[in-house]
Amino acid sequence: MFYLTLRKETPLIFKVSVPIASILLTILFGIFIFSVLGYDSGKALYHFFISPLSRIDRIADLFVKACPLMIVGTGLVLCFRANIWNIGAEGQLIMGAVFAGGLALSFPNTNSVWLLPAMAVLSFIGGGLWAFLPAILKVRLRTNEILVSLMLTYVASLFLDWLVRGPWRSPTSFGFPLTNYYPDAGLISKINFPGIGTIGQLHWGVFIAILVCLLCWFMMQKTVFGFQVKLVGDSHKAFRYSGFSESKTTMMLFIISGGLAGLAGMIEVSANIGQLQPNISFGYGFTAIIVAFLARLNPAAVILAGLLIALIEMGGDSAQIALAIPKVVTGVFKGILLFLLLAGETLTKYQINVKPRQRSVPND
Amino acid sequence: MIKCSFIEIELFKKKITKSMKPHSALLESRDISKSFGSFIANDKINFNILEGEIHGLLGENGAGKSTFVKMVYGLLEPTMGALFWNGNPIKIRGPQEARNFGIGMVFQHFSLFPTLTVIENIELALSDTQALPELRKTIIEKSQEFGISVDPDTYIRDLSVGEQQRVEILRCLLQNPKLLIMDEPTSVLTPQESEQLFVILNKLAATGCSVLFISHKLKEVKEITQRATILRRGRVVDTVTSSEVSTEQLAKMMVGSDPQHVKPKIGTKSNDILVQISGLCRPADTPFSTPLLDINLDVKAGEIVGIAGIAGNGQSELMEALTGEWRSRDSIKVLDVLGVDIRDYSPHKRRQMGIGFLPEERNGHSAVMGMTLTENTLLTNHNNPEVQKHSIIQNDNLEKLTSNIIHDYDVRTPLQNPLASSLSGGNLQKFVVGREIIKKPSVFFVAQPTWGVDIGATKFIRNALIDLANEGCGIIVISQDLEELFELADSISVLFRGKLSERKPVKELNSQKIGLLMGGEDGASLAKEHS
Repeated sequence: MFYLTLRKETPLIFKVSVPIASILLTILFGIFIFSVLGYDSGKALYHFFISPLSRIDRIADLFVKACPLMIVGTGLVLCFRANIWNIGAEGQLIMGAVFAGGLALSFPNTNSVWLLPAMAVLSFIGGGLWAFLPAILKVRLRTNEILVSLMLTYVASLFLDWLVRGPWRSPTSFGFPLTNYYPDAGLISKINFPGIGTIGQLHWGVFIAILVCLLCWFMMQKTVFGFQVKLVGDSHKAFRYSGFSESKTTMMLFIISGGLAGLAGMIEVSANIGQLQPNISFGYGFTAIIVAFLARLNPAAVILAGLLIALIEMGGDSAQIALAIPKVVTGVFKGILLFLLLAGETLTKYQINVKPRQRSVPND
Repeated sequence: MIKCSFIEIELFKKKITKSMKPHSALLESRDISKSFGSFIANDKINFNILEGEIHGLLGENGAGKSTFVKMVYGLLEPTMGALFWNGNPIKIRGPQEARNFGIGMVFQHFSLFPTLTVIENIELALSDTQALPELRKTIIEKSQEFGISVDPDTYIRDLSVGEQQRVEILRCLLQNPKLLIMDEPTSVLTPQESEQLFVILNKLAATGCSVLFISHKLKEVKEITQRATILRRGRVVDTVTSSEVSTEQLAKMMVGSDPQHVKPKIGTKSNDILVQISGLCRPADTPFSTPLLDINLDVKAGEIVGIAGIAGNGQSELMEALTGEWRSRDSIKVLDVLGVDIRDYSPHKRRQMGIGFLPEERNGHSAVMGMTLTENTLLTNHNNPEVQKHSIIQNDNLEKLTSNIIHDYDVRTPLQNPLASSLSGGNLQKFVVGREIIKKPSVFFVAQPTWGVDIGATKFIRNALIDLANEGCGIIVISQDLEELFELADSISVLFRGKLSERKPVKELNSQKIGLLMGGEDGASLAKEHS
């Protein structure tokens, strides 16, 4: 039997060699599957890893793609640190977009500078409200937050569907399920670098996303609330001894992570789409779960994890387009990559022991 | 009925004594030692168990009984020494191997699946599978042989605790054990159930199976065992023939002789009553928790009140009521501290009033092992305006406070700001005690202040508590360590089955008297139990 024990100290050689080994293994594995399937493995790997980084505007697009993942991911980090399982960020993201969209669509002719901030606040409220439901049910009725938050995702998704097909459908959309375009004051503009102009699709939302991650990192490191989050995740008894209220903390965390997901939804629509439609998220709320764990539940590391996932996603798209590699093959490769990455990370932290270990038996 | 079973037991005892072969040690422990870090849980344990003998292992909580039997059952590896089985040295690497040798064990907390039937639970534990009808036959045979009445098809959830224990025993018996270890078997039983258990154990011994009976209850050990080995602080005090010693002698061996004071208390108690508790009741939350029955207590300034008693008699329940981790307006008549009704106050609010409290468990209750010492300081200081401003942690001040605690309370740390888990038990306990005392609380509730702590740290902590009382703090110390209570307390009362005995000044008490009260063996409660 193999089992893992925590290393007291990771030798430097491991810290360096293990990540290199997992990258090499990924490449070897990539060469293997792509050549077995009859693709040029060199080109495939190029499109996966190099192409998205080959031009400054592509790098900028990487940030754009990572933007919702960062915002949602950092909210989830807070929850997961506290051992609270909010799986419904996708639904909270949609509700945030709906709340913000409702406001934007109600003022089609405004050019007030306050529209965007108001939309941001409303999106936070919308997402927070959607997360409040599983939270209050968990605290009051001891329901399972995983189930409730997940199921509410489908409710939110269908609600948006109904809105854009029904009451909010644009009279000029030729029957397509689309709303009117937001007024310009409700759109997030691209960043205009002085002397350079815009770079790719890079917009101000990306700036907000990085700011949110850093703020959350600061909160976790430096505030009593951050300590509270870590404590409730570590030990309920010590948490109660410390005098904090468990149910209040649970509610707060749900609302913050839901609110952030809502904000991500608003930014996604205002920066990239400009109107509401049935599909406004490409599973960001779910992908962000991977991002949160890839970042080892550290809000600052969410920035890097979000970028990495964005890279894999865009590399996969790029390989599909350039070499006509089927989506399932890029999917398998993405899976392998994540697996090796996490395995490498685990092996630097833990060591494998091979001594036979007593199987636990009912009598123990 | 009880009388009848007493006679039965006497009969069995005689039978056994006759049939006992001399010098046929089934299991012998030679110099078995076990240490956890710097803490020595078992120090050169030497004794043997004869074939067909019921052997008692007696000691207070923390004396090292559990550590020892875990080594016999293969759950722990001895640091030193060896076990001999029928005269041959053996190494037991796990419970499965222990069972192969013929060692069975019934734990204090059962491991049965409530939603499965008796027969299904037994089947699950067997190493080789048997056809169910055959198994049913064996179960019925075994249960008739030993007078264990259990219906194989009842669900575990429908059984009483005593019946569940019988299922556990039955499960061991199917493996035809040569040695059955019972870890505090009566701690969850009613007196009547205990008597029934003793009948079963005697029948078992009569067939040649040895029993290692672990307990801290003197009366029982004297009643059921032929010989008993007494452990104190990880060492064997003596192995005695149970019929030749009195419970008083056993008590004295178990708790040790009357100790010396650590430091004289100089502060005189004033007449200011700081804590007033009356009519505190608490219903049991689970089958394993103890209800508190009408607790009345008051503490004056500068006074240390000791609460003795063996674990599981309501100590943790009482502590939770004092800290505010459990609170109720309806079940408590009066809970006033410093003249304020605190029945509704959260731990946080109580702390703000200048009440300090420290629960028994270090691991994950009074300290978080995976956090650093500064974070552990924050645990009970997060409202201190020095430590946080507008909820932003002031790291400099927090670190200063932490290093003050480390310095003033002589905490030896391996690094600058280590994880709590890297400290020895004694050092961590000095740290958490210091963390509470440095705040100069006006009232302090503490449970097991020196639990599993080495002697040096023990003296240090006790001196710190006495200093605190000398400055006028009112202290309640809940402890199972009588030596500790004699050193610290002005007066002591005993918690037994959720009831607090009449409080008496330390001068009128000795360890024998309290030892008896702790085992529920005072005249009054005996009379009550048998009525």
